[in-house]
Amino acid sequence: MTISRRSVILSSILGATVHFGGLGFAFADTTLLNVSYDPTREFYKEFNAAFAAKWKADTGETVTIQNSHGGSGKQARAVIDGLEADVVTLALESDINAIVENSGKIAKDWRTRFEHNSAPYTSTIVFLVRKGNPKGIKDWGDLVKEGVEVITPNPKTSGGARWNYLAAWAWAHGQYGGDEAKIKTYVGELFQHVPVLDTGARGSTTTFAQRQLGDVLLAWENEAFLVGKEFGADQFETVIPPQSILAEPPVAVVDANVDAKGTRKAAEAYLGYLYSQEGQTIAARNFYRPSKPELVPPAELERFAKVNLVTIDDPIFGGWVKAQPYHFADGGVFDQIYKPASSN
Amino acid sequence: MAASHRAGWRLRQPSVIPGFGLTLGFTIVYLTLIILIPLSGIAWRSAELGWSDFWAIATDERVVKSLEISFGASLAAAAVNTVFGIIVAWVLVRYRFPGRRILDAIVDLPFALPTAVAGISLAAIYAPNGWIGQLLAPLGIKVAFTPLGIVVALIFIGLPFVVRTVQPVMEEIDTEVEEAAATLGASRFQTVFRVLLPGLAPAMLTGFALAFARAVGEYGSVIFIAGNIPYVSEIAPLLIVIRLEEFHYAGATAIAAVMLVLSFVMLFLINLIQAWSRRRYGHGA
Repeated sequence: MTISRRSVILSSILGATVHFGGLGFAFADTTLLNVSYDPTREFYKEFNAAFAAKWKADTGETVTIQNSHGGSGKQARAVIDGLEADVVTLALESDINAIVENSGKIAKDWRTRFEHNSAPYTSTIVFLVRKGNPKGIKDWGDLVKEGVEVITPNPKTSGGARWNYLAAWAWAHGQYGGDEAKIKTYVGELFQHVPVLDTGARGSTTTFAQRQLGDVLLAWENEAFLVGKEFGADQFETVIPPQSILAEPPVAVVDANVDAKGTRKAAEAYLGYLYSQEGQTIAARNFYRPSKPELVPPAELERFAKVNLVTIDDPIFGGWVKAQPYHFADGGVFDQIYKPASSN
Repeated sequence: MAASHRAGWRLRQPSVIPGFGLTLGFTIVYLTLIILIPLSGIAWRSAELGWSDFWAIATDERVVKSLEISFGASLAAAAVNTVFGIIVAWVLVRYRFPGRRILDAIVDLPFALPTAVAGISLAAIYAPNGWIGQLLAPLGIKVAFTPLGIVVALIFIGLPFVVRTVQPVMEEIDTEVEEAAATLGASRFQTVFRVLLPGLAPAMLTGFALAFARAVGEYGSVIFIAGNIPYVSEIAPLLIVIRLEEFHYAGATAIAAVMLVLSFVMLFLINLIQAWSRRRYGHGA
């Protein structure tokens, strides 16, 4: 009994050291912690192995990469509260901005450190509908037709849902010539057609695919591909709307942490490798649109349909720094347009 | 009377086991570290807001609605659990049948199961295309993704509290009490409601309070089955999480502080009723 208790204590102290103490110092080799969001699980599993092999070949050093996945906002909070991430690869620029503002652990100019606004891969928002598209959903306007049920997660808790919301907003902006009252009416109406607001993108996918609720799922393009793979293409169809939004999941080195741990070189090389031919190809294989398609074999690009993509930096949004508080903060536009639901 | 009252305030009760000072000190330090400091953090953080901002958040229509849903569903679930928990405990205590021990063990499962798993399973079963949901759908009853779904999830996680608090007290009641009631001419109905239940009242209330308290704070199982529609099926803990996602820490702690005060008041009231019922029906007193 005594022995086992002692060994429990010993191993927990050991565990604590490995976890909190010296990821960088406990071993001669480098360990990197990549704090990411949920749907990148499959992608980073493949990419980490590729980078470790490359690093070994270049420097002779062994690098171990640990990955942590969760909701993008939650992950950002964990880093703010002290999770020793070397790099963050999140769903929204505003989540990285939150780390900058609330902890100062990332330098303000992070967005210019890597090419393409530090977004090595992009994605977009598409519609997933039931086989045969019984409700005939082709474009954003069809989502508010009588009797159509839309499944999307809650923009307040899900990064993906914010892209859904902004894509709908962008479409309505074009449709109503920028008349803000009409845009709000449309987006508000859209959310009246949502019977279930899950907290995350995976939850919504489950609600739509497994619980058979709703007629259309607003989803990340890569998530829509995964559903096809998971549930079989005979059940669902992907509808690519003529216009959608360019979702740019950004990456950044957590300056304060890498400097404390002495892992800056490896961390920068790790994120830089996302832009290499191999990194871009792995991203494409995992259904992310590569930022540098010219590096990727054309066969890997065939799966991506052509869409007219609006970006967050378009004047209608003015970048995340403006769009985030305007639309999604407490009392922002999303809260305003959701109010009428109470009077029903 | 006066003497016994004074004895109640005496710090040092004579005991054959030594160590009152040590154990009281330990108790206070432990409660401070584990409960008081973290909870005062809530008060501290929400105090950043100032009184008028705090009040604005606490009385915001959406916050009020979510608190109503959280506390209302918790009360409903605790009430259902009290009735059915007593029946479950009764069967386990009074009858010997094959599989009784397995049934007894099953009661504790909600304690052990990750609540998210519970929520996902319940949503799967009660969804319109689920095993139970598809039977209820033709009757026009929707459970999953409605406030009813929240109650179902809270019933699930609260059941063991009632059963496990009532069970030991029930075990102490001799069958002779019922036999005596019967020989004195009581009907079965009278025996249950006038002889058995009064003795169980304090334990029932404890079970009710525990199930209620657990339900108020429940998050994991509810978000999967609630549908989370603001003003309809959005629980207060979810609203706290939403405020955190907005990096609005003070706003989150303000809602938390309101919940804390409401919960404390309700538990305090339940304790008062319990103390009263113990004096009134006093089991073993």
